[in-house]
Amino acid sequence: MSAVTQAKPLFKTVRRHNAEGGQGWAALLFLAPTLLGFAAFYIYPSVRGVWLSFTDWNLLSEPEFVGLGNYAELAGDPLFWRSLLLTGYNTVLNLAGQLSLALLVAALMHRLTKSVVLRATLLLPWLVPNVATALLWLWLLDANLGFVNQLLDAMGLPTHGFFNSPGEAMPSIAAVTTWASVGYVALLLYAGMLQIPEQVYEAAAMDGAGEVRTFFRITLPLLRPVLALVLVVSVIGCFQIFDTIAVTTKGGPINATKVIYYYIYQEAFTHFRMGYAAAMALTLVLIMGALTYLQMRLMRASNSDLG
Amino acid sequence: MSRYFVTAAVGLLALTAACGGGDTKAGPITLNYVMWADNQVPAYKQCADAFTKKNPTISIKMSSVAWEQYWQNLTTQVVSGTAPDVFRDSVAYYPQFAKNNQLLDISELATRDKVDLGQYQKGLVDIWVRDGKRYGLPLDWDTIGVFYNKDQVKKAGLDPAGFANWTWNPQDGGTFEKAIAALTVDDKGRKGTDPGFDKEHVAVYGFAPDYSAPALGQTSWAGFAVSNGFKYLDKNPFGSKYFYDDPKLAETVSWFAGLSKKGYAPPYDKQSALGGDALLQSGKAAMVVSGSWMAKAYLDSKTLPLAAAPLPAGPQGRKTPINGVSDAIYAGTKHKEEAWQWVKFVGSAECQDLVAATTEVLPAITTSSDKALAAHEAAGRDVTAFVDEAKAADGTFLLPVTDNADKINELMNTAISSVLLGTTDAKSALSTANTGVNALFQ
Repeated sequence: MSAVTQAKPLFKTVRRHNAEGGQGWAALLFLAPTLLGFAAFYIYPSVRGVWLSFTDWNLLSEPEFVGLGNYAELAGDPLFWRSLLLTGYNTVLNLAGQLSLALLVAALMHRLTKSVVLRATLLLPWLVPNVATALLWLWLLDANLGFVNQLLDAMGLPTHGFFNSPGEAMPSIAAVTTWASVGYVALLLYAGMLQIPEQVYEAAAMDGAGEVRTFFRITLPLLRPVLALVLVVSVIGCFQIFDTIAVTTKGGPINATKVIYYYIYQEAFTHFRMGYAAAMALTLVLIMGALTYLQMRLMRASNSDLG
Repeated sequence: MSRYFVTAAVGLLALTAACGGGDTKAGPITLNYVMWADNQVPAYKQCADAFTKKNPTISIKMSSVAWEQYWQNLTTQVVSGTAPDVFRDSVAYYPQFAKNNQLLDISELATRDKVDLGQYQKGLVDIWVRDGKRYGLPLDWDTIGVFYNKDQVKKAGLDPAGFANWTWNPQDGGTFEKAIAALTVDDKGRKGTDPGFDKEHVAVYGFAPDYSAPALGQTSWAGFAVSNGFKYLDKNPFGSKYFYDDPKLAETVSWFAGLSKKGYAPPYDKQSALGGDALLQSGKAAMVVSGSWMAKAYLDSKTLPLAAAPLPAGPQGRKTPINGVSDAIYAGTKHKEEAWQWVKFVGSAECQDLVAATTEVLPAITTSSDKALAAHEAAGRDVTAFVDEAKAADGTFLLPVTDNADKINELMNTAISSVLLGTTDAKSALSTANTGVNALFQ
């Protein structure tokens, strides 16, 4: 902390220094590659996306301006609203699963064992590419030939359709993504826990607080900035779910897993309705921006309770 | 500073110039040729070699892209101006490409070069014509039949000789359903026809229907529905009014839904994500309905004793969809004449005889097709079921070719899935879908 407060005035004098004022050009030169990339791969596609959302481009013919037509259709498209709801449903399922499990795992790592091997093992599923994870679970959870159903059957339990049953498809997908990312989230939370000073725990122990009370009264509140970060990252990650669905259910059965990203993709590349897809994508950007802003405000993410 | 900029700019210019190249007018050219079936690449490679031998200045660069990505790939290539000169075309997607002027009309070239349109299997030539413009020559044909596991048929005490005459109707399923029931076995070894058959614990399903063939039903309900009197649309190709609300179709789809309710077929929500093929391969299903294109793979199987039978005859007789592919020329190609020479060659008996010898597909030219059948026979494969179906008078029908195929597919998928799941009855689900389908043409 103190290092930062000392550094501040120092920094200001550097900026005022006359001899180095002329280095702006050099800075620009060094920044140029990145700026160029940013302009070519982010700014240009975004601007073009905005333009496309006002057209009826089908990829094969020249786009024609249709004004707000796409947005009007969007507002009255039940599938669009349903896909947003489904995305929300998936996010809630994932957050509940990921955060509770990850907190548990992180707390165990923090208070019980410091084994590096164990920590590395927890991260393994996250290191596997999403498509491989999805394929693995597609086979394991197959309704007729999958290992899980054979196991259930052997134990005399009813078998499940998992990805093929409209009611079970979304929870199955959420379970797979939770399995894949819980180790990573746990590691982030664990890193956050390590920042909490040991004295606080000692003081709590001295006052006779038990493990559970310590967790809820000390660990959780002091973890808030990290939790906020994890929440923001997870929500964005959950909204972006695509690969798992593209591999396992392809939005089915009967649109039960047609989340917003998959819907956008289908409109763009199955039905070749680029304009409509762009309009949906832009609407999603607005929603995501608002959600992130709200989260950051609510969680006061930029300041910590650790004085 | 500016000195550096100039050097950089010159360097960049030099680079782009080097990349740009420029058209070489005379001299050898290369045609890019793309298809989706990678098992057919070696067969058509033989054609390409023969073609280059005759036309030394033209070489063919072949590649394949899996069906799942094929049309997305092609569409983005068209947008970025890198589309292949010639590509394999399907009835499901060509209307859209033709409508957007991305395909070269070959009708004048075909007349100029006197291509004999009568040499092809009947019906296959005209599906590639839209508004008087021709977009391809037929390459192959396929019909639909039943593949069954001989061991399981024997165990069920059925005589496969009778399969040539089996019947079907949407009420009790005819002798076809009787065979399905006899082939179904529960985990205690009871057959579907036995008293006390436990439909909740089925070890072997008599039949694994293809649940993912929504709008056309090619490897699923198509042959059954049409044999029951169903007609897809007012005019084919390029009609604009579908009849998916026909009760004849509703009856057929209900019969399929009934099979899984009786335990003879996997329930829709407990189907294998890997499809009926995986069930057949693992011995968990005794029969599938599939196309003649699977004949080589299935009948050559070392692990499974499989054989082919025709579709059952329905109330209106035996009906199978007949379908095929063609090669299209990209309208933006720089080598129109050369591309046409290649397309003409692929559609000629010379190439189709080469393809026939590989037995990967049944070529569209009837004389070549006969050679493929002889090659099948020489290899010990009995594919007469598919051929007899195609030869029978009034035994085949064409799948619908219209605009909006992708949207129709989606609407019909929702409708048929909900019937198979039992959440909606066939009649109302299909009439709702049909209203949506016909609204696309307004």
